[in-house]
Amino acid sequence: MRIAVLAGGRTPERDVSLRSGHRMTLSLGELGHEAWLLDPGETQLVEALGERPPDLCWLALHGKEGEDGTVQRLLDLLEIAYTGTAAFDCEVAFDKVLAKDALERAGVPTPPWVVIEGWALRDLGGGAALGKAVERIGLPCVVKPSRSGSALGVSFVEREADLPQAVMAALSFSGAALIEAKVEGREVAAALAGRDLEPLPIVEIVPKDGPYDYAARYTAGATEYFCPARLSDAASAAVGELAGKTAGALRLRDLTRVDLMVDTNDRPWVLEVNVSPGMTETSLVPMAAQVQGRTLSDLCDSVLRSVAMRA
Amino acid sequence: MAEFSIDRFVDRYAERTSGMSASEVRALFAVAARPEVVSLAGGMPYVEALPARAVLEVATQVLGELGPTALQYGGGQGQLALRDRAVMLMAEEGVDADPADVVITTGAQQALDLLGKIFIDPGDMIAVEAPAYVGALTAFAAYQPRFLTIELDDEGMIVEQLERAIVRGERPTFVYTVPNFGNPAGVTMSGRRRDRLVALCRETGIPIIEDNPYGLLQFEGEPLPCLRSLDPRNVIYLGTVSKTFSPGVRVGWALADPSVIQRLVLAKEAADLCGSNLTMLLTERWFSDDDRWRTALAGLVDTYRSRRDAMLGALDEHFPSTAAWTHPSGGFYVWVTLPDWSDTTAMLAAAVERRVAYVPGTAFYPDGRGGDRMRLAYCYPTEDRIREGVARLAALFEDEERLYRSLHGS
Repeated sequence: MRIAVLAGGRTPERDVSLRSGHRMTLSLGELGHEAWLLDPGETQLVEALGERPPDLCWLALHGKEGEDGTVQRLLDLLEIAYTGTAAFDCEVAFDKVLAKDALERAGVPTPPWVVIEGWALRDLGGGAALGKAVERIGLPCVVKPSRSGSALGVSFVEREADLPQAVMAALSFSGAALIEAKVEGREVAAALAGRDLEPLPIVEIVPKDGPYDYAARYTAGATEYFCPARLSDAASAAVGELAGKTAGALRLRDLTRVDLMVDTNDRPWVLEVNVSPGMTETSLVPMAAQVQGRTLSDLCDSVLRSVAMRA
Repeated sequence: MAEFSIDRFVDRYAERTSGMSASEVRALFAVAARPEVVSLAGGMPYVEALPARAVLEVATQVLGELGPTALQYGGGQGQLALRDRAVMLMAEEGVDADPADVVITTGAQQALDLLGKIFIDPGDMIAVEAPAYVGALTAFAAYQPRFLTIELDDEGMIVEQLERAIVRGERPTFVYTVPNFGNPAGVTMSGRRRDRLVALCRETGIPIIEDNPYGLLQFEGEPLPCLRSLDPRNVIYLGTVSKTFSPGVRVGWALADPSVIQRLVLAKEAADLCGSNLTMLLTERWFSDDDRWRTALAGLVDTYRSRRDAMLGALDEHFPSTAAWTHPSGGFYVWVTLPDWSDTTAMLAAAVERRVAYVPGTAFYPDGRGGDRMRLAYCYPTEDRIREGVARLAALFEDEERLYRSLHGS
């Protein structure tokens, strides 16, 4: 099969995406496919796809444009098949405001949250309602941009006085900020792959110092990972079940990663999902596959089968 | 269960690497490098202004006539003929030097690293300006010093603060300063302060490292004497051709007492044996034609002056009265101070989204300060792009102010 691996792009996660894309290109090549890397940040995508038409686009883009449905809609228009979740569902999954709402409606536990829109602050005097947010969510809390990845723009807030600054930081990345209750416990990631979104072993994330922020994610050695996660059997089962339920609620496809917290009572909470999880040498999905005894090529093969069955 | 450490050597690294981590700001700079973004961030010299044909001629000459030398190892101190050129360039600024007291380094940046290596023991105190050149801070930080920060004002380093610290009993291993059109603040140390700093350090036996990359990029006014010319015995002087010719050749130098030079040469040999003969020869040849290098430099100074004017004009036009900025009379940078609630690190993502980039102020302080400051470089973008970039920043800042007022109920 002729496969264009889309990676790079114009987001702050560009470098991470290029690393993911490079590995995918190699793995697809090992399966005997003709795979090449295509960077929409460097080339005119439509033109490049016209010059060398692929049978399929493998989406290894991270962040806005790559994960929010933009590229997916364009490929729909061009009638080119692609890996991963469909355009509309990407839009929902990538936007934490929409995704959390969808999860709650589906009965998936996600930490309590409120949303503050940038324009409401600037034009409607929304700042006066910030005290209400603290009242409802409590402290400590986590402030996140609604649409961003890799923990960019995320702040962990202990004191109410630090909240305005955290909201401003989140709004630098996105039009809206979420203020979310901080769940104490173990941070885990559950990857799902293939036509039936079969679960991979759960990965537990333990930053050596402080929260699992951008530096903890991308500084080699700053975080320790345990796979399978050090959870009770019941908690592991609950995480697996919840990841599956999340994927169903958000209509995720092919390959995805659900990030969760398991609280001190062994109860899992869904934090967010990734429709294009990182596939670099330091990423969680390849790690989980390795523990399962699967190669990346093997994982790619299940994704390709899933796409093929859809067609 | 498997425990994954992404880096299997993680417990073996030296303590000095603990500050070397991935950062959001670096990730954003990857986007800021894109052509649609007006980058007021990087301090890239405008090498496009150099006469390409003349550079090619020199390169052809070097490889054609001196090929075997150019492709060979050289001495650790650097070629004598190039040290002569360094002496010539320093004489332009009134610094009298003997080529025997010069070591050529891989950019002045390597001299900073080597000086850290020969002077700093872990825990030693060193005095730096606040804000200071980020490359010096990171070079020195690898040797684990404690930083004594001395504030800047319109006259450069506030030497009285250093004096008070010395009276308190502090004895920094050295004082580091960029006295001419400094990076990032763009300010120049006044003559009065120069005299005072030199006298204070002489009396107390504290060496001064004078880093002077921008001295020959003066737009107006009379040049002030270099610290080195005020006290040749106690001042270690760093020069470079990165701004007068090309940063790509990686040619800088240190001028110091023979005892310091001896250690620097040994440290340099341990680091990389020798500089690149190829680029040293290229640089030497470039500066061998007086008319050529002076004409090229004059062109660069004219370009930078116009760009500085464009930036200051745009700041006057677009920025609010709550912001303040420096007015450099040379060099590459304007230093902007916003109201103290501002967080220029957090704001950078929104700036890049609006297709403009700057360097957040915190990069230039060893102690996490500078959140309300930003460095704007005018050296590389065209005047139109500078005006556009400043206008975009001003619009962003206006939005930030509205956010702040809403969040703080005023």
